[in-house]
Order: sequence, then C-alpha cells, then structure tokens
Amino acid sequence: MNNTTAKNLALSHMWVAFTAFIVACFMGQFQVLERSGLFESLTSISLYFTSVSTHGVLMAYVLTTFFIMGFGYYTASDSLKIPIWNPKLAWAGFVIALLGVVIAAVPLLSGLASVLYTFYPPVTAHVAFYIGVTLLVVGSWVWCGIMIVMFYQWKKSNPGKVVPLAMFATTANALLWLWTSVGVAAEVLFQLIPVALGLMDTLDPGLARTLFAWTLHPIVYFWLIPAYTAFYVFVPKQAGGYLFSDEAARMALIVLVVFSLPIGMHHLYMDPEHASGWKLLHGVGTFIVALPTLVTGFTVIASLEIAGRLRGGKGLFGWIGSLPWSNPMTLGVILSLLMLILGGFGGIVNASYAMNAMIHNTAWVPGHFHLIFAGTTVIMYFTIAYYLWPFLCKKPLVSNSLALVQLWTWFIGMSIMTTPWHVLGLLGQPRRISSVQYNNVLTMTWEPYEILMILGGLVLLSSACLFFYILVKTQFGATTEVFVGEVEYAEPLHEVKELPEYLNDFRLWNKVIAVLMFISFGVPILQFFFMDTYGSSAWGY
Amino acid sequence: MHIDPLEKKWVLISLGMSALFVSIIMIDALFHSVNAPSNVETIDSRKIHLSKEFAEDNLGVQVADNGDITVRMVAGRYAFFPKKIILPAETKITFRWVSMDVLHGVHMPMTNMSTMIVPGYVAQVESSFPRPGEYPMLCNEYCGLGHDHMWSKAFVIDKEEWEAKRAKESAALNTTAIAKEESNNE
Ligand code: HEM
Ligand SMILES: [Cu+2]
Ligand SMILES: [Cu+2]
Repeated sequence: MNNTTAKNLALSHMWVAFTAFIVACFMGQFQVLERSGLFESLTSISLYFTSVSTHGVLMAYVLTTFFIMGFGYYTASDSLKIPIWNPKLAWAGFVIALLGVVIAAVPLLSGLASVLYTFYPPVTAHVAFYIGVTLLVVGSWVWCGIMIVMFYQWKKSNPGKVVPLAMFATTANALLWLWTSVGVAAEVLFQLIPVALGLMDTLDPGLARTLFAWTLHPIVYFWLIPAYTAFYVFVPKQAGGYLFSDEAARMALIVLVVFSLPIGMHHLYMDPEHASGWKLLHGVGTFIVALPTLVTGFTVIASLEIAGRLRGGKGLFGWIGSLPWSNPMTLGVILSLLMLILGGFGGIVNASYAMNAMIHNTAWVPGHFHLIFAGTTVIMYFTIAYYLWPFLCKKPLVSNSLALVQLWTWFIGMSIMTTPWHVLGLLGQPRRISSVQYNNVLTMTWEPYEILMILGGLVLLSSACLFFYILVKTQFGATTEVFVGEVEYAEPLHEVKELPEYLNDFRLWNKVIAVLMFISFGVPILQFFFMDTYGSSAWGY
Repeated sequence: MHIDPLEKKWVLISLGMSALFVSIIMIDALFHSVNAPSNVETIDSRKIHLSKEFAEDNLGVQVADNGDITVRMVAGRYAFFPKKIILPAETKITFRWVSMDVLHGVHMPMTNMSTMIVPGYVAQVESSFPRPGEYPMLCNEYCGLGHDHMWSKAFVIDKEEWEAKRAKESAALNTTAIAKEESNNE
C-alpha cells in the first residue's frame, strides 16, 4: 500500500518532537550546572527560570504531542491499511501546532514567559505564550479528530471485526487527550488570556488550579500510552514471542483512559481550596488507576517470558538471559520496565494522601517524573523511533550497536541523575529553585547530591546527542542500501476472533467518563461559583 | 474472550494491594484524622493588611486563653512574615497561612508542616515538632524571580524554656503597657 502521506506526516511530526527534545536537553544540562552553585559564571536566576520554563514546555508539550501525533498517523494508516483521512486537514493541524510552538517560543526565550510549564496564575506571562499553547492544543485536536474518523471508517468497512490493537490504543489515546485538554483549555481561554489581555481584572487562582489539575494527571497517561502501545504491539514480536493476552491489553487501556481522568485532584492534596473528602475520593481513584499499569507489567513480562522460553531459556529466571538483549526494542522495554518499577514505588508515596506532605513540591517530584517520564516513557519513544525509522526512510538503521549504547547510557544517566534528586527531596530541598544558599546547615548536605546530578546530566546529554545522530545519519547518510519490510505487529497467544462491543469501541466508555467527571469535578468546580471568592489581579514575576 | 487464570490471579493480587493501601489511608484519615490541609476558607488577599486576623500586630505565635497555640503567617514576595518565630517542642500548633500576592507553598524540611498558600484562601495546617532545633520555612512553589530567596526561620525550643520565655515577655509587655497607659493619663 502506498502510504507516503502517512510516512511524511510521521517524519515531520517526529522531527519537530526530537528537535525540541535535543534543544531542551542542553537546557537541562545548563540547569543542573547552574543550580549546583559551583559555577560562579553560570549563575543567573532569570536565565535559570527562562531555561526551566522552556525546557519544561519543550519536553512536556512539544516532544510528547508531536511524537504522539506522528506515531498515531503512521499507526493508523499502517495497522488499518487505509490512507490518512483528509491529508490536507492533517497538514493544517501540523502547521497550526507548529505555529503555536513558534509563537510561544518567542516570549519563552526572551524571558517574557518565565512562568514554568504549569503557568500557575496569578503570576502572568506575555499573552503570546498562552496563545501559542492554545494553538498547539488546537492542532492536536485535529489529530484526535482524524484518528477517531479513521477508527470508525475501518469499523464501518469491517463490520464485526476486531479493531487492530495498535489502532485501538491510538484511538483510546486520542479520546483521552480530548477529555484531558478540556481543563487547561478552559483555564487558558476563560481565565489566563482575558486577564493577560486586560479584558478581565481578576481571576480565581483556586479555580485555575482546579482546572489545571483536571488536565495534569491524565496528560501523563497521554504521554505514556505510546510506550504501552509499543509494549503490547511491538515488543512481544521483537523479542521473539507472542502477546500474552490481547483482551487484557484492551481492558487495561480502557481502565487507564477511564480512571486517569477523574483523579487529577491528587495534585491538590496540599491545597486549601478543596475539602478533604474530595481529595480522598481522588486519592482512591488514583489507586484504581495503578491497576492497569500492574496488569500491563504482568502482560509484558509474561510475553517476554514466552519469548525467552521459545528461544531456549530454561528455569525460573533462565528465560531472561535468553532474551534478545541486542534487539533495541527488547532492551528498551527491559530498561523501561526497570525504571517503571522504581518510579512506581515513588508514585505510591506521592499518591498516599497525607504522606504526600513529606515530599510535596520538593526535589523528590522532578526526580520522580524524570525517572518515569524522561525515563520509562521517553526511552520507549527512542525505541519506537529506532524501529520505525527504517520503514519511514526506507534505509536500514545506521548502527544497531550504537542504538544499544544509546539506550544503556540513557538508563544509566537517568539512574545517576534521579537517585540523588529523590534524596535531595527527602532532605527538604524545594523543587524549582536555582542555586541557593539558604544559610542553613541543612543546605550544606545538599551539595554532593548536586554534583552527582551534574554527572548524570552529562551522561544523559551525550546519550541524547547520540540518539539524534543515529536518526540523522540513518535518514540522510550516504547509503545505497534499501530497506524493505513491513512493520510486524505482535500476534496474541490466543487469537481474538470476536469481541464484545465494549472492548471494541469507546461509545460506552465516553459516557462512563462523562458521569465520573461530573461526580469528581462537578462540585469542586461549581463551588467556586457558589462561594464568596476573591479574585487576584495579574502579577509579573 | 480469553483471560488466562494466571492473569486473573494477578488482577486479584493487584486489587488486594490497592485495597490495602486505600484502607490504610482511609483508616488514618477517618479514625486518626490524618488529613491534608483542607479547610476551604476564603479571604481577600488584596486586603490582608486590613483584615483583623492578619493585621501586622496579630502575626506570629498567639496563645489563646485555653492554651491553644496558633501561628498566623503572611506569605509575600519574598518572605514569610514574621521572618522569625519561636515555637515550643512537643506541642500541637495550628498554622494559618495567607498570601498577599501570588501562589506560594511552604514546608519545613523533615516535618509534615507543608501546605500550598493560594491567594484568596486561608491554608490551615496542624503540626507538632518533637525535636528542638532550627527549621527553615522554605517557599516551594515558584512565585517569581526571587523565589529562591523566599524563606524564614522557625526555632523550636524546649517546651519549659518556651513557657518561661513567654511568661517573661508578657510580663515585660504588661509593664510597658501599664507605663504607656500611665503616661497617657498624665
Ligand atoms: C539531559 C537530560 C535532562 C536534564 C539534565 C534535565 C534536568 C532538569 C532540571 C535540572 C530541571 C529543573 C527542575 C527544578 O528546577 O526543580 C528540569 C525540569 C524539567 N524537566 Fe528535565 N532534564 C533532562 C531531560 C528531561 C526529559 C527527557 C524530560 C521529559 C521528557 C524532562 C522534563 C522536564 C520537565 C517537564 C521539567 C519542568 C519541571 C518544573 O517546571 O518543575 N527533562 N529538568
Ligand atoms: Cu497525577
Ligand atoms: Cu516562591
């Protein structure tokens, strides 16, 4: 099938994603150097916050959204074997999102939007920053629409058939993102932009935080689902085996989408504007959403075990050794799972309501999410890129062993950087500070950990450069070799011939989400309109 | 549909683990009142200085007639006011925090005194400090370019010492008050 459009869309989106990534990695390295306070000449508070704001936006919004869109377009077209629906619209979405990034980048880089990627009011940025972010989100909505249309196009022409798992997961993510982005969109459109433009005098920071919390939890699953998709649809085959259970995968994805949405207020445990009952409700939901991750872990490890045993592995753990460790996808998933297990422990601490007080807004938090987001999730973005690049460019990957080195160094660098970062949090270091002397004995104990972080950062930065090099060299290197082949989707151990509609469609789940969102966010949002609240006017920084 | 018995078992184990964590949290919250700060009380942040409770004279450590200790603090770029407070160890203390400008957060390392301070709302936390010592109160939410320098200090001292100090201070306060009154009368 000729899917040149899908390939071009995938490549364009992913290049934006990875360019943002590499730029942001240099900023990350600057940040670990600056905050250590060891380099007099680097010290600049305003530059630090310009850098952290840009690094955060590039990593959390640009890398992720563009990668997800690019991967989604290719998956939709390749797994359904149909062309992209309305390519003009898809390109328009790309241009809108890219324009948004450029518009947001100008104030970010010139220090007019040093409000960090969470942009909590009443500290206010230049209005261009909010407009840029809005355009990025609008561009991504175009992608969501196209994914959903293609999902139903396929279902219509294949009545009663089971939607390929890869597309099921992609559509689940598109739907998740539509629901997720409602919160932040409402905040930006009804509070931040009007205040930044001077159309409104005040806004309620409590309401703003609540709307942002609506988005802040499910957005991490939006970032994570491509990694899970690769776990389910690529890994088992690449490791030489079968997917342990296709049905369990679908159920896990559904529970993930449904329950990641109504729990965002666990980000507000320490906030005064909500009563403890609501926080507890969201806390319980948070433990429910741990289930699909535990099931995913099980399914992936079981699939790997099948592969290991098929390759001749024996004994309780012998199969681990006989896995194809030199296959980037297999190595990637192993390292990703290791970081997921470590990060999962941290996540339970964060989620545990009152225990959250120990680590809330300390350095523990960036330590945790670098491990699980920059680690678990992004390492799978790398492996997906390594896997797809030859199909997209019709050239073989420039070097398999370089790819392996890159994955290992990312894992090692992340371990070196995030372990001391967690410790710093336990030692009370707040997050989001540049180099500081609080003039207190406690802060002296922080220094050795800062030095370790610099080391980890250096390893990570080198690894990131290597990643970029491999992609460039593969695509533009002078080789006459032509790569031919088709993306291989893992087969389930038990073939699924038919499925009940609730495991093959999202209509029902959409309704369930609407009800759950009303229950969990209805009163917490409406209360701001019933209480006598006092607004805040905009502040600079 | 096919779900492997092993997978079913794992789902049950996972459910069990989640249920265990949730029950611990629930028991702590419902029976031991271990809760996150959540009192939903509004205040006009732009007029903090005019409010009775958070007027300048009322800030810091206050002891009610029944002995309850309340600490009232105002967060403003870039410090927590008053900048230095002295607290008794091993005593229940209620903190009430408000912001006079933007979003802040505060925590005292190695303790569970932690809360966000959202403009427009009063954040209330209860804590007690078993160990005497010097505790920084650090701003933990980005609030502007001076965020790094936003901190104040709490000194936790022995309970008896604290009481003795307080008695002495209030005695001194009384004498000045009486002296003032006398001079006014003249
Ligand atoms: C070379 C690798 C990296 C280094 C050295 C690095 C370092 C840092 C540092 C020092 C901060 C500031 C934290 C603070 O002030 O509390 C930061 C923030 C951040 N990093 Fe990274 N990082 C790296 C890669 C990544 C990656 C790959 C991601 C995600 C894909 C990521 C996501 C973020 C985000 C979202 C923030 C914003 C945090 C905030 O606003 O509190 N980073 N990073
Ligand atoms: Cu969350
Ligand atoms: Cu601050």
